[in-house]
Amino acid sequence: MASNASDAGPAVIDAARVGSIFREESGRSVAALIRVLGDIDLAEDAVQDAFAIALRRWPDEGLPPNPGGWITTTARNRALDRLRRESRGRELLGEMALLAHGSEDEDARVTGDEEKGPVKDDRLRLIFTCCHPALSDEVQVALTLRLLGGLSTKEIARAFLVAEPTMAKRLVRGKRKIKAARIPYRVPADHDLPSRLPRALAVIYLIYNAGLSRPEEPLLFTEAIRLARILAALMPDEPEVAGLLALLLLTESRRPARLRADGSLAVLAEQDRGLWDRALIEEGQALVRRCLRRNQPGPYQLQAAITAVHADAAMFEETDWSQIVAIYDQLLELAPTPVVALNRAIAIGEVEGAAVALELLGELDLEGYQPFHATRADLLQRLGRTEEAAGEYLRAAALAPTEAERQFLKRGGRGAP
Amino acid sequence: MTRYLLSTHTVEGEKREPMTDEQMRETYQQMAAIEREMHASGAWVFSARLHGPESATVVRVTEGDVLTTDGPFAESKEHLAGFYMIDAEDLDAALGWAAKVSGAIDRPIEVRPFAGFTDQPGGGG
Repeated sequence: MASNASDAGPAVIDAARVGSIFREESGRSVAALIRVLGDIDLAEDAVQDAFAIALRRWPDEGLPPNPGGWITTTARNRALDRLRRESRGRELLGEMALLAHGSEDEDARVTGDEEKGPVKDDRLRLIFTCCHPALSDEVQVALTLRLLGGLSTKEIARAFLVAEPTMAKRLVRGKRKIKAARIPYRVPADHDLPSRLPRALAVIYLIYNAGLSRPEEPLLFTEAIRLARILAALMPDEPEVAGLLALLLLTESRRPARLRADGSLAVLAEQDRGLWDRALIEEGQALVRRCLRRNQPGPYQLQAAITAVHADAAMFEETDWSQIVAIYDQLLELAPTPVVALNRAIAIGEVEGAAVALELLGELDLEGYQPFHATRADLLQRLGRTEEAAGEYLRAAALAPTEAERQFLKRGGRGAP
Repeated sequence: MTRYLLSTHTVEGEKREPMTDEQMRETYQQMAAIEREMHASGAWVFSARLHGPESATVVRVTEGDVLTTDGPFAESKEHLAGFYMIDAEDLDAALGWAAKVSGAIDRPIEVRPFAGFTDQPGGGG
């Protein structure tokens, strides 16, 4: 998406072009440099230095054949030169030579041969370090966007609506803990993967969903999808990774239809399906089909499958609800949470009527959860219990995350007059 | 190698079912097995249990005057009850030991790195 100029013949190499290459390549370079240098800050500085050199040289000399490789090599050489000059650096180099990290590519650490031959992508290590359970959720998200996504502290701060110094502190805190507590820089062993991989997937999903608080700004949506693509390419044998990517692509396909004129989020029934992005739907559905053939279902694959069924219906009224209920049954078994139960109840309501759904809602302990009250309001309305519905709409409005949402619910779930 | 403190705390006012003799024996055996494993792998550096917080005394020097008061730090609701000092390759290894200890004593374990020990040869191995 960022490197759209690459096929259009010799492009002008200006700051914007170098910037988009930075966004595309810095994650891989930073990941490689962390392995070489054993230090995140040194790695980040080195990659920044290399891009500063690129910014001076590429406009005159043109792009090197492999810009990412050039950045990694330049960053490594600069960092090693600098370490050799400084006395603390010489100590570090000594340690690096002595330290056997149990890594099979030990020789490549100092000589830098890893660009020749098939490269093991260090970004996989990096994502598991950033998403280590010893770090808080918000730190995991921030580090992932910064180190893997190549986003600036300012961009991350803006996306999460926090002050830049707050975000900077959060990143520093995370990096300090990684260093002090020695959070390892490696892909978890097979027996740890079932507990560690869901965390990494959850962070990417969290990044996508965080975008919904500012739906007009697509940065977090594109970033989450890019990260999911990277992870899917690095772990082709993990069906849940493909499931997450499919879920994000299918969710993203609705983005053009997701906003009402007043900026609030449009529910599925009212979305203009003509606006849905067919290319994303096709890619997502192909992934879902591949997942189904594997038959190792997981929560992300099942959610993707549900979204894929919706995407099949040209109109809301044509939705195959009984298939959706069947998938929700499976999902509830794997992830027995009240939120999944709520969504299953909504689907059952479409098959068996609002009264059945309302009864199922009565069994759920979701008091204070906004979608619960909005759903209840909608079901009561459909049953003609308008007075009770009005009360529920007010409750939902009080819990709404945005002003537009609040106004929409206050009007009893109807558009602006 | 990094040196870590694995500590467990008692919480003020927390009521716990007293252990039966059988449970006590089982916990003791599990702990003994974990400690043997720690010794065998070179992870163990030091470990200790403490008397209860009521046995603590706080000493504070203000402008040259020594003030001694009975009891633990008044502000803290959690009091150190016991700890292991271990050497581990990285945090994952330390968390692995912590999980074993927590499982045996049915209490949470806090894991914290010591400052200034990273990459130095372990003292206990």
